[in-house]
Amino acid sequence: MKNNKMMIFLRGLILENPVLVLVLGTCPTLAQTTSVIGALGMGIAATLVLIGSNVVISALRRLIPDIVRIPCYIVIIATFVTVVQLLMHAYLPDLYEMMGVYLALIVVNCIILGRAEMFARKNGVLDSAVDGLGMGLGFLLALLCMATVREVLGAGTFAGLAVPFFKTYHIPILTKAPGGFLVFGILIAIMNKIKEKDGGVKRKSFSCEGCPSAAHCKKASCPEMIDMHTQLANDNTAKEETENDA
Amino acid sequence: MTLKSLILILMSGVLVNNYVLQRFLGICPFLGVSKKFQQASGMGIAVTFVMLCATAVTWPIQTYILGEKLAYLQTIVFILVIAALVQFVELVLKKFIPALHASLGVYLPLITTNCAVLGVTINNITDGYNFLESMVSSLGVGLGFLLAMVLFAGVRSKIDNSAPPKCLQGLPVTLIAAAIVSLSFYGFAGVVENLLK
Repeated sequence: MKNNKMMIFLRGLILENPVLVLVLGTCPTLAQTTSVIGALGMGIAATLVLIGSNVVISALRRLIPDIVRIPCYIVIIATFVTVVQLLMHAYLPDLYEMMGVYLALIVVNCIILGRAEMFARKNGVLDSAVDGLGMGLGFLLALLCMATVREVLGAGTFAGLAVPFFKTYHIPILTKAPGGFLVFGILIAIMNKIKEKDGGVKRKSFSCEGCPSAAHCKKASCPEMIDMHTQLANDNTAKEETENDA
Repeated sequence: MTLKSLILILMSGVLVNNYVLQRFLGICPFLGVSKKFQQASGMGIAVTFVMLCATAVTWPIQTYILGEKLAYLQTIVFILVIAALVQFVELVLKKFIPALHASLGVYLPLITTNCAVLGVTINNITDGYNFLESMVSSLGVGLGFLLAMVLFAGVRSKIDNSAPPKCLQGLPVTLIAAAIVSLSFYGFAGVVENLLK
């Protein structure tokens, strides 16, 4: 049993790392990794929200009707985000200012709704808490990875402390927007390379399972499906036209 | 408030503070639905439309209902209003303008959890814009999103014809291309301040 919990925890941390493997929550990953402190703040805030929402959603999983579950999840998640927002505003005002709008945007972070949908609504409270912790720390780990690369190479500092050599020769663009895309792309490429060597299966870059909208779009919104739908719609209008002509 | 300041807000949304390429909001649809030009433009138009509707609803709610006392409810209220609004817009389009629904409808469910929409409504409040400025800013941000989507769809069609190393295939090469597109938008910094001098 304990082994099982350990598996759930490790899965979130490494095997199914939400950022590097599932590719969820890209927005905060790119926006909040210009400095190690910001990444730490974002990671901890998201972990707290994730544990809280996972526990509550799992506890209420038999009470929430299936058909309105997404709005319910959103309310629960938004509540926890507000709690974290107020706590941070009160005790860590500097970090609160630094994170700005991205703190509120944890609400729409795909990782949190994705875990509610993929894990918490099918599993017990304790398992869900462990899953939340694992996924949250996995998110934190990936953010720290990105932030370390970007801050050391881009600004020559680590958590605000100067790093010798890099302080003199840094590449400022890495802390700016283009650097975010670039570092993230290269990190995922490295992950792919490692997996390739292990002979692991190649993951899909975007899957409906991880997409929070999947539940109410009934898998109708991904690119291929959009093609199909427009095709269908065109067929229907064409059919109506021929019927009208007749 | 003059026409000049409105144009400044609009242009800053489209170019300088481009939400996708400079502020990292709305990355999921930017990477997910930018494979084809038609889809990219459809998604961009749908997002612009929802942003305008969402701002038109959330600004009065914040100003006349929440105010200072209930400001802590902002996050919950905004996300619920946006989610309900998207559903409502979809129903209305389906009933009254089926042609538009056929072309935009499939994108609407994806937009509920698009952080750019929530981001722009919250930013409008934090920046202290009045109603007209908020609407113009939403329009600018929406058009900026559309521009980024369309440009990137063009770039991606080029990527499809190239053969990157195996470990770069798929997402990594897309992200690196996004970095280059973002770099080009970086050149717009400072343009808006000098636009109307």
